[in-house]
Amino acid sequence: MAEITPIVMPKWGLAMQEGLLAAWHVAEGARVEKGQPLCDIETAKIANLFESPAPGLVRRLLVEPGATAPVGKLLAVLAEPEVSEAAIDAFIEAFEARFAAEAAAAAETAPQPRIVDAGGRKIRLLEIGEGGVPVLFVHGFGGDLENWMFNQAELAAGRRTVALDLPGHGGSSKDPGEGTVPALAEAVAAVMDALAIARAHLVGHSLGGAIALALALDRPERVASATLVAPAGLGAEIAIDYIEGFLVQNRARKLRPVLEMLVHDPKLVTAEMVENVLKAKRMDGAQAALETIARACFAEGRQRWRVRERLGALAMPVQVIWGEEDRIVPVAHAEGLPAGIAVHRLAGTGHLAHMEKAAEVNDLVARLLA
Amino acid sequence: MPKKTYRQAINEALRQEMERDPRVILMGEDVAGGMGSPGEDDAWGGPLGVTKGLMPRFGRERVLDTPITESAFIGAAVGAAATGLRPVAELMFVDFFGVCFDQIFNQAAKFRYMFGGKAVTPVVIRTMYGAGFRAASQHSQCLYSIFTHIPGLKVALPSNAYEAKGLLIQAIRDDDPVIFFEHKAMYDEEAEVPDDPYAIPFGEANVTREGDSVTIVAMGRMVNFANQVADKLAKEKIGATVVDIRTTSPLDKETILETAAETGRVVVVDESHPRCSMASDIAALVAQECFSDLKAPVKMVTAPHAPVPFSPALEDLYIPSPAKIEAAVREVLAFRS
Repeated sequence: MAEITPIVMPKWGLAMQEGLLAAWHVAEGARVEKGQPLCDIETAKIANLFESPAPGLVRRLLVEPGATAPVGKLLAVLAEPEVSEAAIDAFIEAFEARFAAEAAAAAETAPQPRIVDAGGRKIRLLEIGEGGVPVLFVHGFGGDLENWMFNQAELAAGRRTVALDLPGHGGSSKDPGEGTVPALAEAVAAVMDALAIARAHLVGHSLGGAIALALALDRPERVASATLVAPAGLGAEIAIDYIEGFLVQNRARKLRPVLEMLVHDPKLVTAEMVENVLKAKRMDGAQAALETIARACFAEGRQRWRVRERLGALAMPVQVIWGEEDRIVPVAHAEGLPAGIAVHRLAGTGHLAHMEKAAEVNDLVARLLA
Repeated sequence: MPKKTYRQAINEALRQEMERDPRVILMGEDVAGGMGSPGEDDAWGGPLGVTKGLMPRFGRERVLDTPITESAFIGAAVGAAATGLRPVAELMFVDFFGVCFDQIFNQAAKFRYMFGGKAVTPVVIRTMYGAGFRAASQHSQCLYSIFTHIPGLKVALPSNAYEAKGLLIQAIRDDDPVIFFEHKAMYDEEAEVPDDPYAIPFGEANVTREGDSVTIVAMGRMVNFANQVADKLAKEKIGATVVDIRTTSPLDKETILETAAETGRVVVVDESHPRCSMASDIAALVAQECFSDLKAPVKMVTAPHAPVPFSPALEDLYIPSPAKIEAAVREVLAFRS
């Protein structure tokens, strides 16, 4: 029998249980390539384009625009013309029966974040997958482990992955210590100790990129590779309007334009995303911790911790990924790096490259790991 | 994030503030239960189990069962607040405020003002309100507009479990008397609530839906109804903004007026009676402050000017429903369009 490819609601991060199918970009009868936009999907966190995971002929679209579907639900079916309508009907019926049964079972086994004690601090982290040298994800200023919702699960096949909340962020302790890049790097090293991770592939974004760099420079024996997404630490410039706006604005309507600076397409910033940032900032101690970190890292509107001249000393594989339209840390910081560091510049992409261009970033990370 | 009920969220807020600050105490009728009688202690945890578990955790010294004498224990709570504690007193049903209102509006509300700012009264009065519980006219009223009318009182109406925890923590940390309204029909409703403490500032409305055709201003239990209507209308490509005012005093006029001016069409939803209500107050505010932006008269969706009926069929008709809100929205949308 010829092959039938199911297209299902993707799971973008641990919080995603369902998605709203906002619009189809293809019609029944259309031929799609792998990576071609299939539809717009909105979650509580973000709106994003869903790209076809496989090439094929679209035979059925099974969810109406505007409808909400649980993760894993069949959205569409790809199959070549020789597959009969009856065969497709039978496939859909069998798939949906199996999905209903599996959904009930999976609900109980979904990975949940947990709290560990790391160097005397409470740190929230999420582990997905087992095996190999672990991948450790480190988010940026004001973020949390859910920033990796499009990346972590994708990279967890056959590999242990850990995403953590930095001190002062998410569900972790609101004690950031000095709040400097080296101090935060020590906190991340303490998490590796607590999890008995001797060596990890680091994936860091923005301030998290600087933290990954600090670990790579100061504890190279613990860093197998480093993927730096729009990292801090490579130059003095930083959009202090963003940092200050993030700290000061406590109303959704005022915070939204600040968060829109993070992305190339402002539609990616949903009301729920704004609300989630506000919720994080309201946690006891969060505001003071963020202010401490901002003062320590970005005093007078400049990055205080810069290591460009030390990069030549890095012996492990290092790559830098940057959005051409980054409005927070300028993409120019990706220029003039030592030859051993691969630089990938992504067009039409802002500061949140790992969310805006998740598929590309995941491919780049996977290649570095392989 | 873990899901918790409105009841659990309130209990957690009380527990965490009692752990954080030894001055926080609870008092009220059966907030533990069993005081002075044989049998189980902590038998009740309040009439609907909201304070269950707090007496065993913090002891009788800090969780005080009081006689059925609101005039006495509300007065005691106000006095304790003025002299250094941070009491959370439970006025079981807001319908009972009549026997203890002097202690609230003439004493607690006035201390800061009459003592030249040298006294603060950090008391919280938790109280149940609202219809839908088959509890008839004396146990179903809203009445928050009466407290909102009094300068010196702050009034919070959490619209879900997340809001309940954050607003109650803010209420306990606030140096002014706060009347904290819990809708009795919402105690089993769940929302995602962080385990750690957080405070939601007063006087900052929450825009729960964004749309450009109509603004629905709502409070308390009515916010979820308004959200349901906005979600339904969104499927027809009608954009509705929903504003949860969170606190009736202080009132976030700025958000109400901004969102009203943006859409030009306003529906105010208030479970209370319509006369001298939050609905009429907000309608008047909008009419006065952004008259030239309005494309239609402001529409109020409220209960009728009548006591809450005991007949279940009549009670269901009495409460503003999503269907009534939707009809009002369609009416303001149709006006001269």
